[in-house]
Amino acid sequence: MGLLKNSDYKISMAKPKVLVLTGYGINCDDETAFAFIRAGAHADIVHINDLIANRAMLESYQIFAFPGGFSYGDDTGSGKALANRIKNNLMDEMRGFMSRDTLMLGLCNGFQVMVNLGIVPALAGFTGVTEAALEHNTTNRYQCRWVDLLIEKSSPSVFTKGMDRLHIPVAHGEGNFFAEQHVLDDMEKNNLVCIRYIKPDGSRARKEFPYNPNGSVNDIAAVCDRSGRIMGMMPHPERGMFFYQRDDWTYLKEKLVREGGDIPEEADGFKIFKNAVGYFK
Amino acid sequence: MNNARYRIEVFHKYADPRCGVLREKLAAMGFAVARVHLSDNYLIDADLSDRQAEAVAGLLVQPVIQEYLINRPYTPEGFSYAVEIGFLPGTTDNTAHTVRESIEDLLKIGLDIEKSVFFSITYFFSGSLSRPEIDEISAELYNPLIQRRKIRSAGDYAAQSGMGEEMPLVRISERPEADEVNLAVADDDLIRIGREGIEDRDGTRRGPLALDMASLNVIRDYFQTGEKRNPTDIELESIAQTWSEHCKHTIFAAGMDEIAEGIFRAYIQEATLRIRREKGGKDFCVSVFEDNSGGIEFDEQYIISDKVETHNSPSALDPFGGAITGIVGVNRDAIGFGMAAKPVANRYGFCFADPSDRRPLYRTKDKNSKMLLPRRIMEGVVHGVNVGGNTSGIPTPQGFLYFDERYKGKPLVFVGTVGLLPKNADGRPAYKKKAMPGDNIVMVGGRVGRDGIHGATFSSEALSYGSPAAAVQIGDPITQKKLSDAIVKEARDRGLYNSITDNGAGGLSCSVAEMARECGGFEVELDRVPLKYPGLSPWQIWLSESQERMTVAVPDRTLDSFIRLMKDRGVEATVIGRFNAGSRGVVRNGGRKIFDLDMTFLHEGLPRKRLTTAYTKKPNPCPEFSEPSDMTGVFHAMISRLNTASFEFVSAQYDHEVQAGSVIKPLQGRGRVNGNAAVFRPVLDSYQGIVLSQGLYPSYGDIDMYWMAACSIDTAIRNAISVGGSLDKLAILDNFCWCDSDNPERLGQLKEAARACFDFAVAYGTPFISGKDSMYNDFRGYDEDFREAFISIPPTLLISSIGVVRDVGKCQTIDFKFPGDLIYVIGMTNDETGGSEYCAYRGEQISGTRYIGDAVPKVNADDFMKLYRALEAALARGLVSSSISVERGGLGAALAKSAMAGMLGASIRLSDVPAATGRNDYILYSESQGRILVSVNPAKKDKFEHLFRGLPAGLIGRVVEEPIMEIAGTGGEVIVAARIDSLMKSYKGVFKDF
Repeated sequence: MGLLKNSDYKISMAKPKVLVLTGYGINCDDETAFAFIRAGAHADIVHINDLIANRAMLESYQIFAFPGGFSYGDDTGSGKALANRIKNNLMDEMRGFMSRDTLMLGLCNGFQVMVNLGIVPALAGFTGVTEAALEHNTTNRYQCRWVDLLIEKSSPSVFTKGMDRLHIPVAHGEGNFFAEQHVLDDMEKNNLVCIRYIKPDGSRARKEFPYNPNGSVNDIAAVCDRSGRIMGMMPHPERGMFFYQRDDWTYLKEKLVREGGDIPEEADGFKIFKNAVGYFK
Repeated sequence: MNNARYRIEVFHKYADPRCGVLREKLAAMGFAVARVHLSDNYLIDADLSDRQAEAVAGLLVQPVIQEYLINRPYTPEGFSYAVEIGFLPGTTDNTAHTVRESIEDLLKIGLDIEKSVFFSITYFFSGSLSRPEIDEISAELYNPLIQRRKIRSAGDYAAQSGMGEEMPLVRISERPEADEVNLAVADDDLIRIGREGIEDRDGTRRGPLALDMASLNVIRDYFQTGEKRNPTDIELESIAQTWSEHCKHTIFAAGMDEIAEGIFRAYIQEATLRIRREKGGKDFCVSVFEDNSGGIEFDEQYIISDKVETHNSPSALDPFGGAITGIVGVNRDAIGFGMAAKPVANRYGFCFADPSDRRPLYRTKDKNSKMLLPRRIMEGVVHGVNVGGNTSGIPTPQGFLYFDERYKGKPLVFVGTVGLLPKNADGRPAYKKKAMPGDNIVMVGGRVGRDGIHGATFSSEALSYGSPAAAVQIGDPITQKKLSDAIVKEARDRGLYNSITDNGAGGLSCSVAEMARECGGFEVELDRVPLKYPGLSPWQIWLSESQERMTVAVPDRTLDSFIRLMKDRGVEATVIGRFNAGSRGVVRNGGRKIFDLDMTFLHEGLPRKRLTTAYTKKPNPCPEFSEPSDMTGVFHAMISRLNTASFEFVSAQYDHEVQAGSVIKPLQGRGRVNGNAAVFRPVLDSYQGIVLSQGLYPSYGDIDMYWMAACSIDTAIRNAISVGGSLDKLAILDNFCWCDSDNPERLGQLKEAARACFDFAVAYGTPFISGKDSMYNDFRGYDEDFREAFISIPPTLLISSIGVVRDVGKCQTIDFKFPGDLIYVIGMTNDETGGSEYCAYRGEQISGTRYIGDAVPKVNADDFMKLYRALEAALARGLVSSSISVERGGLGAALAKSAMAGMLGASIRLSDVPAATGRNDYILYSESQGRILVSVNPAKKDKFEHLFRGLPAGLIGRVVEEPIMEIAGTGGEVIVAARIDSLMKSYKGVFKDF
């Protein structure tokens, strides 16, 4: 289905299999599958209706990806209608998948779906109870812009291992993370906030626009569950996986050329996918 | 009364971010709103138990932040007025559709598609507000053409237990039959049929057929002597639609003065034919002027398509709905290209009046016929493309805003879509398609309602509560996304169909007839077409422009697979008839033949017009004005005009990163300054890219239409070259938006612009691959004092460029990168201030109205091409550190933008600018074409200068660390000294409240 075929990248080690969900307005499925394939996985884009019709197929996958997009047009609130579709049809299978030694990644709209399903932060494990929300941005406007992000080293997230910072874009209208104080306290205590918005100089954004582009409490950009195998994030790592995707690449290239450095091929976001695939090495 | 069984109201427990933003907006408009609360309401009419209703509410509420009430009104504390806004009956209600699907999925039941769920929002305002103020506020929140509103004071709200459960059901009672139309009438009556439409039984008219006497005579003759009967209404409506200016481009096709073949053939098509001949083996055109989009070769595997449309009249009435329908509609020109291209980028261009103009226009002498104000139109249009593009997952990297007071009666809304198509699909060339005799005619996507019938010619008076919004469509990007994915990602590559086209203007009547040309004829059973609601007349079903539909030719052998695939993807697909090898189109309704026309007559019967033109060029003497003394102030002013200021607020709300191919972005450098071209990679494992840009200079047309068009072409090309495009593989598209096109003077201007299109496309070797025209962009009505007003837009030609970039790694952005870099201006600066922003600015300063002047910029393609080729080489060799095409606002604006983008200063000497004028202000703000401003690493000076030997390229200064723009005049004295941060304030301040 995607532009890049699995067969295009032949890697000798056993490839983890990734299920990239699509359908009903999910729209980052191609590039998400592409990122996983380049990182060394085998990725299949699967329509949610095909998954519902053939639930058992989930058992053959090690990674489940909820890509970004506008599932159901964000009607009734972002991620809600797709979460309902899963709740109404796939809850047992999702629970079964997560109980194995698998990974789950939600990007942007995928994060919104996961939050609505209660997959993250899942303070007491996955019970299907929604514990947080991704509200309308405080600007009440869709924001497509590059942000600087801090990786919380103490977080158990498998996806962010060995990383310090990220420079990748956000693109959303509802990314304003909210949870009640006791939930936040619990999340912070257990280091479930794995990525935060910061200023370019490395200091905390402290909700200041545009560094924190949506008004998220505690500058939260990504959240994982306690196992670290499940993570949802608003920013888009697949849109910042190559050097030539960066908003500042012409500057960096000029700088590198003058300093005699090599022009890299990859960029920050790619590491998230490499970490995911590396987990199964 | 039609009351819903359940009304569920969902509201925030804590602050709703939407409320704060709205409160601030209203406060800025002067309303004393203390607080705003909001509830999302769902009317649900279904046979549910109370327990099931609770479960349904659970689907609708985000439990962490929201609560709900069932059949009890939400009553926030201390509000004074409640305003509920929902859709008019029959208007597309996307949220309601999603909720219906979720309920069906939860309870595993089926609900009526159009009558079971309705969505609305209630705003609760507190503060000391009078009823007239609430009326004004709610007028800001809703559009009476598509929405209904209910206002209740707190007292009424309490007394009546909230807003009530009445459902906006469609109630129409058309006769579901075809009527005969008697053409054996006097000429005057015939003219009336053409002008006002077919007469209904109650004496009212159905709206214009826009057929002139010559066409009506041909039709009458065809029926009387050929068919020996009168036509039915559906036949006549179909012919009118097929022959309309919109579909047949009658003016471009008409003989014009000495040009018997018409200006399309003589100038546009001929240019492309000639370029393709001259390019020979290097011709990269694949499909031009024959499909929904134009197509050029991308690489060995792929073709890229491009199409730019306009959606002007609908956007004047319903800016949001018009714009979203426009962008989602042009996406279908990609999906309908060849065997279906994947939409990979959107473009936009908006022409508005000054948004601060608060003087209303009226359509009639009635003060209720008030047009929307420019600001409202602008906000709605910008938002419409936001929702259409973002929701569809198509990046929107390239576009522009342009302002002129003459767009007050009608804004221009340009929307375009680039598609990616593999050369082969299922072993067949994918850019060709052919419906075969025997193929099933399958309609896929949305259902049919009365949307868009007769376009936007209906006045709002025709719309009332209980009647569907016939004139205005609202796009539904998710329905289309499902359709697009199912076609582009699956059905196409499985070879499940033989041909596909878009249902756009004219709906089924045009798409089925167009496809039938590929095989012969067709037969359609109209009662098979799925409807949104009952009661439509046959002609309405046939002509409806309900959105998100494609027509597909599917052979029997793959029909089951095709229908099953669509069903699995949640897409409705219905067989409505069959193509055949005959020569007639036949439509039946309830078994009765109501349409039976000769296809050759339908397609070729239109009598060609013969037009005569005149073109009187009026001089625009511009009073002598001296060089201003405060050149720093002027420098600020020239980057804070509506036409030169930052439109970051648009760029940042349009997702330009989705699909992960973005390379050169709409906002560039640390300073985030708007560039004038974008580059992206449509195929992620290839370093080839696509460059997009455009040129548009309506103000030059006030002086000379020929040079207006020439400059638009040169700019579209130059912008693309400036970021890394190449003249070797660059194509262009034309969009003529004209006015008052029955006027020989306007036609003369058109002819002159088209002549320039031929001359300069050929000179640059850039073929036209697609085009579209919109010939009547005029407003006839009344001004704020109810004086008659006739406002024509300035004739507007948009030239869009699309090209292939061999290696995206060689592209460049506009920002200065390092202190010490050398700044060059490439190309000659002449005294060409005619039609410039500078002249307009000076005129406004001195006399209160803009100056135009006569010194229009001219294009010397031979000379410019040498510069462009040299720049191509310099970029390819990595000799250029920043590059910006000099556009509106001249060298001054270009310098400011590169400096602001890099957040670095510059030290500039105007004496070193290659110029044919000695005046500092002309050097800075003349809009001479063919110029690019670049910066160069001093280590690469010799190599760079070598490429430009013998060409006009001047080393005019250096990039400096200290963020100050310092410009020395021709006499050596410093005339401009401006801090970059304060320039940034001027540049970004203009639209800071948007």
